[in-house]
Amino acid sequence: MHETISADVGAWQPTRTRRLGPLLFTLLGYITVVLVVLLIGLPIYWTVAASFKETREIYSQPVTWIPAKPTLENYSKAWAGAPFGRYYINSLITTLVGSTAEVVFAVTSAYALAFLRFPRKNVVFVILLVALMIPAEITIIPNYLTVANLGWINTFPGIIVPGAAIAYGTFLLRQAFRSLPGEVLEAARVDGAGHLRTLWSVVLPMAQPAVVTMALLSLVGKWNEFLWPLLVTNTSDMRTLPIGVYWLRSQEGVTDWGVVMAGSLFLIVPALLVFLIAQRSIVEGITAGAVKG
Amino acid sequence: MREWLLFVALIGPNLLLFSVFTYWPLVYNAYLSFVSWNFLRPNKIWVGLDNYVYVLGDPQFWQIVANTFVFAVTSVGLTLTLGLALAMLINLPLRGRDAARAVIFSPVVLSGAVIAVVWSYIFDPRYGLLAEILGWLDINSPDWLVDPTWALPAVVLVYVWKNLGYAVVIYIAGLRGIARDMYEAARVDGAGAWARFWHITLPGLSPVMFFLSVTSVLACFQSFDIVKVLTNGGPANTTTTLIFRLYDLGFVSYDAGAAGVVAMVLFGIMLALTLIQLRYLEERVTYA
Repeated sequence: MHETISADVGAWQPTRTRRLGPLLFTLLGYITVVLVVLLIGLPIYWTVAASFKETREIYSQPVTWIPAKPTLENYSKAWAGAPFGRYYINSLITTLVGSTAEVVFAVTSAYALAFLRFPRKNVVFVILLVALMIPAEITIIPNYLTVANLGWINTFPGIIVPGAAIAYGTFLLRQAFRSLPGEVLEAARVDGAGHLRTLWSVVLPMAQPAVVTMALLSLVGKWNEFLWPLLVTNTSDMRTLPIGVYWLRSQEGVTDWGVVMAGSLFLIVPALLVFLIAQRSIVEGITAGAVKG
Repeated sequence: MREWLLFVALIGPNLLLFSVFTYWPLVYNAYLSFVSWNFLRPNKIWVGLDNYVYVLGDPQFWQIVANTFVFAVTSVGLTLTLGLALAMLINLPLRGRDAARAVIFSPVVLSGAVIAVVWSYIFDPRYGLLAEILGWLDINSPDWLVDPTWALPAVVLVYVWKNLGYAVVIYIAGLRGIARDMYEAARVDGAGAWARFWHITLPGLSPVMFFLSVTSVLACFQSFDIVKVLTNGGPANTTTTLIFRLYDLGFVSYDAGAAGVVAMVLFGIMLALTLIQLRYLEERVTYA
């Protein structure tokens, strides 16, 4: 827009308007970006700040932005108030085992769909596609009954197994496998490699970025899972972190926000660290499904 | 090994788990919606369409349906418009834009339940962050999570805060897919910034927008943790959504039949949305 204006008065003062317009625009852009980043980041900052405040300070007005006398007391209280060590172990077990299962199932299923011949392969494909349309949330009651019949309530299999199958990741990897150069796969076959060997030493290394991305999405999903672990666990020693933090607030909420914020950070910090390290991969994985469609 | 046998071995476990924990539950939900059962009695009594009459005839159910749609439409509307503005901003050649994108995206990877715990403190009408900020503007903070007028807007606010980054990232990918020379050509033809936005950016983004709106609405229909932790469906059911109702009927009221009906209604809505999306994608693939 600025340029059309400067073109109209071009003969008069071309250089100045041309420079000033975009400069103002850029400055405005920076200000908005900074504002947005502050707005998004503020709740996290507020959480961190509160976790270092003394109880007295949290319940005083006006609100303080920087802890007056920073203390680690909330962390020790949160750690002592609920078995967070146990929550970490439970979350690590359910997340790692659950994600490993998803990755293995996605890799093997994607390989089968991409490279193996089977009489009614498109039917299998559609069956798997249907799974995408049935969200886990509507299966909770029948699954609870199944898990109860298996005697799995309040156990790791009970938390992990119902969510171990994977459709979305299978399609993501199938797409990635199919885009690998055919000559390389052909060469492996000529060399006498069987399918499993081809999968392990040719396909997996070549499709590694896609597999890593899928694994990261799976890890984040499992780490944050709430509804199902909430339903199938009924003792404190089997709870995962999100459930533990939820119960911590239910107990402490009214009395001590500092402790609850410290507890929340036990879960938030590892997730943010993984995100910082693997940001590119996670973002790529999320956009791959959308834009390549 | 025979190839078909290997095929079965590789994909079988995945399909078996889906059969037990995804397909069978759908069938079983359908069955439950026709019986009267409280989970404890050994036998289930066949009641035909009674559960449907009971659930669909309850005015409260329609309030819950309305809540769900208001939640989905406002959340998705806000996410899509704010997300577009932010994506275009970050797409400008500014320094530090990758860092900005990372910050905006970070809430997406955090647990919805814990985010809701954090926000319940922010919403605290006396000692919360929001009350403080409203205080600067001389506005008295409502008691967000207890006030029937403000509880649903509060849920929407948290949901948008958490999911905005997802839309931004997808939009940015979409923006990068629009050929640069189209803008150059428009510029040469004398199109202003607004015209370029209207005639190049928006049409170029339309597939992405379609994808985002469908997936975001689907995600809203599945969203449970924020409502559960922030408001527990209250006050006076003003934040009860269909998925929350399903949980409530099953695990609080022990009414398997009514819960089965709600599950089938939810499935119907989500199936319709997914089919629309698949159909659209199919068209895109064939015509592209």
